[in-house]
Amino acid sequence: MTAVLGGRPAGVSTLHFAMDDADGTDTRQRLVVVGNGMAGARVVEEVLERGGGEQFAITVFGEEPHGNYNRIMLSHVLAGEEHEDDIVLNSHDWYADQGVTLRAGVRVDRIDTHAKIVYAADGTTTAYDQLVLATGSRSFVPPMTGLYTAEEQLLPGVFGFRTIDDTRAMLAAAAEHERAVVVGGGLLGLEAARALQGHGLAVEVVHAGTHLMNQQLDPDGGAILKHSVEALGIVVHLATRTTEAIGPDRVRGIVLADGRAIDADMLVIAAGIRPVTEVALLSGLEVERGIVVDDQLRTDDPDVYAVGECAQHRGELYGLVAPVWEQARVLADLLTGVDPEAEYHGSRTATKLKVAGVDVATMGVNRPERDTDEFLVISEPRRGVHLSVVVRDDKLVGATLLGDTRKVAFLTQAFDRGTPLPAERIRLLVDLSDGAAEVGVAELPGDSQVCNCNGVTKQALVDTVKAGTTSVGGCMDATRAGKGCGSCKLLVKQVVEWAADGDVTEDASASWYVPGIPLAKPELIAAIRDQQLRSVSAVFAALAPGGEEDATSKMGLTSLLRLVWGAAYEQENDAKFINDRVHANIQRDGTFSVVPQMKGGVTTAAQLRTIADVAEKYEVPMIKVTGGQRIDLLGVRKEDLPGMWADLGMPSGYAYGKSMRTVKTCVGSDFCRFGLGDSTQLGIDLETRFQGIESPAKIKMAVVGCPRNCAEAYVKDVGVVAVGNGRWEVYVGGAAGASVRKGDLLATVDSPAAVMQLAGRFVQYYRENANWLERTYDFVPRVGLEQVRAVVLDGSAEVLAALDAGLQRSIDAYTDPWGQDGAQPATPGQFRTALPLVDLPTVPVR
Amino acid sequence: MSVTHSDAPEAPTTAPPKAGTPATEVTDGPATGGAGVPHVVGRVDDVPPGEGRAFVAGGTQVAVFRLRDGSLHATQAACPHSGGPLADGQTDAGVLVCPLHLYAFRWSDGACTSGAPPVRLYPVAEQDGALVVTV
Ligand code: SRM
Ligand SMILES: Cc1cc2nc3c(=O)[nH]c(=O)nc-3n(C[C@H](O)[C@H](O)[C@H](O)COP(=O)(O)OP(=O)(O)OC[C@H]3O[C@@H](n4cnc5c(N)ncnc54)[C@H](O)[C@@H]3O)c2cc1C
Ligand code: SF4
Ligand code: FES
Repeated sequence: MTAVLGGRPAGVSTLHFAMDDADGTDTRQRLVVVGNGMAGARVVEEVLERGGGEQFAITVFGEEPHGNYNRIMLSHVLAGEEHEDDIVLNSHDWYADQGVTLRAGVRVDRIDTHAKIVYAADGTTTAYDQLVLATGSRSFVPPMTGLYTAEEQLLPGVFGFRTIDDTRAMLAAAAEHERAVVVGGGLLGLEAARALQGHGLAVEVVHAGTHLMNQQLDPDGGAILKHSVEALGIVVHLATRTTEAIGPDRVRGIVLADGRAIDADMLVIAAGIRPVTEVALLSGLEVERGIVVDDQLRTDDPDVYAVGECAQHRGELYGLVAPVWEQARVLADLLTGVDPEAEYHGSRTATKLKVAGVDVATMGVNRPERDTDEFLVISEPRRGVHLSVVVRDDKLVGATLLGDTRKVAFLTQAFDRGTPLPAERIRLLVDLSDGAAEVGVAELPGDSQVCNCNGVTKQALVDTVKAGTTSVGGCMDATRAGKGCGSCKLLVKQVVEWAADGDVTEDASASWYVPGIPLAKPELIAAIRDQQLRSVSAVFAALAPGGEEDATSKMGLTSLLRLVWGAAYEQENDAKFINDRVHANIQRDGTFSVVPQMKGGVTTAAQLRTIADVAEKYEVPMIKVTGGQRIDLLGVRKEDLPGMWADLGMPSGYAYGKSMRTVKTCVGSDFCRFGLGDSTQLGIDLETRFQGIESPAKIKMAVVGCPRNCAEAYVKDVGVVAVGNGRWEVYVGGAAGASVRKGDLLATVDSPAAVMQLAGRFVQYYRENANWLERTYDFVPRVGLEQVRAVVLDGSAEVLAALDAGLQRSIDAYTDPWGQDGAQPATPGQFRTALPLVDLPTVPVR
Repeated sequence: MSVTHSDAPEAPTTAPPKAGTPATEVTDGPATGGAGVPHVVGRVDDVPPGEGRAFVAGGTQVAVFRLRDGSLHATQAACPHSGGPLADGQTDAGVLVCPLHLYAFRWSDGACTSGAPPVRLYPVAEQDGALVVTV
């Protein structure tokens, strides 16, 4: 895909002619910015914020065709955690709306600083009064034989990691290849390595230093990080270089300095960055490692400035975004005359590794430098934790947090602002819980930066609150605070709460059950009962503002109506998500998956034979044993679903619904020499009883025959563990998906029947009280285990009877949807193909 | 909670990275314009209230929707975001929501409310119970 990021739909760039530019009556000064990256665009934003739109006709040149995007989020895009559309900061439309001329996709070649003219690669010339260079950096490519083709291009399969185009190219390659080598074990290299690994590639990192992230970490920290990275399955080679890329047509592998060769079909170069200084050099400006600037960010030409990674200030080059924000502010103050004395004195830098599962945050120095420096280290290599702080003259001058970054918000503030430190230094690193609040947000000065990624100050948040946005989410949307690496979210919340004087509004709709109906779940249920609303359209008509339907609310309402009315709910197919309309899970190409019920993971030879026959008959592209102990037939055409169900003759396994899914079991006392209870039978019984019950989110259960926990009961919504003497422990609120949480022990009971009853009461309590899409792992901690116990264990006879009855109503309403709709479609064309109408999908067959 | 993807989330989730090719034989992005020829693609009753169905109108794949207020709408069949089957989406009076990543497209002009390219709309009308789509 070559779409322009943040572009206009047709991909054209906007050419905006400033006021009366054409006839030359625009009296504004001409401000030209070279480079449309994070620094260039930020300068424009800051200038506009200071009313600079009146003073300047602004033109921005950007070599990349895209709008301005958040470069630091490329790691998330590569990891597949963010969509590229979501990292756009300023789209082409934004420039047009601001009256700024964006020359996207146009490289500047040189500047004539005497005539004050910019020469661009497209042959145009542009006059300026003030010029800002913000050309950033590019990936440094270390020397290596065989790296380039005869045409001086990087060998196919070799990538830098700097731009969205690099990222897109890597994503495309990752889909086709299996082995990647990443050169460089710094922040960027590790983020790239982890992201590629997430796409299923085997990844090896080659790092020239003697330990990983050697710019930020000391050798001990680096060693611990290496363990954590290796634990993820990434191979790390230290203290060696890549000397050769093996070709010739595309990269096939690399050779290390010690002669070892590694096979690879992708080679990612993340060995550092180099400032882009060609324009400055060709224009005769002073360039050392970067473009030399003074404290007013001026180059040796008084009307030319440089900011961002291309600038060298007091001998320093920066490779992070926080200094960019500071520089942009100073420059905007100067250009607009808001503060003609403004000066930039350098930045102290802090970084965070954006790799899921490996927490690293560092700031300032990583070891004592003077005899009087205080140095505190907590190192727990086995847990992968390494924490240290360096304190000088009662001020924090450095901190390293590895494996545990809970204190990062506090330390960042102490580091940035020099806020007072606790006398007991250990409190800097661990919470000695005496309940004392650690740092008052009240004391933070207004201009202290809360979100470094997006450069949001405390004052900006306070102003947003004062202007009427009093919800945390609203403030985050309005300021972009917390939307970069995310490490500041806690602090953002604290600031907003403080600024709103405790009067924080829950995000207006946060308490609603679904976005389209302004009611919380209990009130909504009451209204549905009182007004006898039995269909989703009836609910909209009666309860939505203006009676208006809302597409995104329909699925949640359908689920709720079934909870309230059981079989007496009036079904409307358009109110269901496609999965629930065709009782199968939609896949990326519009085909579906079919997972027959296989209670407790137990099957028979006959069932397996039928599945095999059906798979052949319908040319199922992939048959897979699932993580839920059953068999998935993937890539099934919609129109084949009814026929397939009929041939299978098995009930639906509900692998698609917000409903009870599976009960995993282990072999238990029947076969296992350690089994303390018949876990298999109990699992089958649970699955039979709860099959297909709809709920706010999926419910998954497991039963194990002993605490060895072979079927992972500790991490299920409901997990049951046989502990001997006929006794069973019941855990709730466990998770091992996107979140990992060990369930809480609800109770230990003494018979399978008691397990069934207790599990039922818990499930019903959850169904009645959880928010839409709230899994038990969020629900149980939210309401508190004590509250759950108070109801499902110690509730009054009426409460318990109501829970039992509510559940029974749904159990009685159960019908197998495959049997039902397979025989008689619910609506015309229920199983008609939706896409493609001509060619059938081809899911890759392994 | 930090769910990174969801099988039926409330808001658009991040799209899957473009690993592999979407198996549909359709490219992402808005469909191109046609000559403006009307085609009868089926009966109004083929599309249940509130739902959508896919048809071929003179070689072009279209998705036709009949809203609960009775109005008819037609769009390109494949989602401009990543080729999702729009006819399987959910609707209200304002928007069509694609089933794959829940991007929403306005009926009024086809624009995406969440940043994807716009969807192409086709004129559609009922004539004696028949659905007529002009592509
Ligand atoms: C097929 C299966 C993977 C496999 O090949 O083994 C699978 C496949 C999907 N999972 Fe899963 N999950 C499967 C077991 C699991 C498990 C393991 C388990 O059940 O023991 C987990 C962790 C336990 C849990 O649920 O927390 C799991 C955690 C998830 C999550 C994260 C949920 C969370 O809140 O943490 C999602 C996303 C979501 O639900 O929002 C998800 C979503 C999905 C979806 C439905 C994604 C989607 O939007 O389409 C996948 C459907 C693929 C398809 O087209 O059929 N799947 N998924 C497994 C089916 C089990 C079954 O027989 O029903
Ligand atoms: C994958 C990745 C992850 C990162 N993660 C973090 C992080 O977590 N935290 C952090 O603080 N920093 C991070 N960074 C660094 C951060 O992105 C940079 O510090 C920041 O982008 C620097 O801004 P800049 O404007 O100086 O340079 P850039 O953003 O690179 O912008 C320079 C722009 O100028 C353009 N340009 C260059 N020459 C010309 C020319 N002659 N004519 C026209 N245009 C030109 C380029 O095309 C480019 O678009 C990361 C960087 C990458 C690549
Ligand atoms: S099956 Fe589960 S883990 Fe695998 S890609 Fe789909 S949602 Fe993600
Ligand atoms: S394909 Fe992603 S929203 Fe339609």
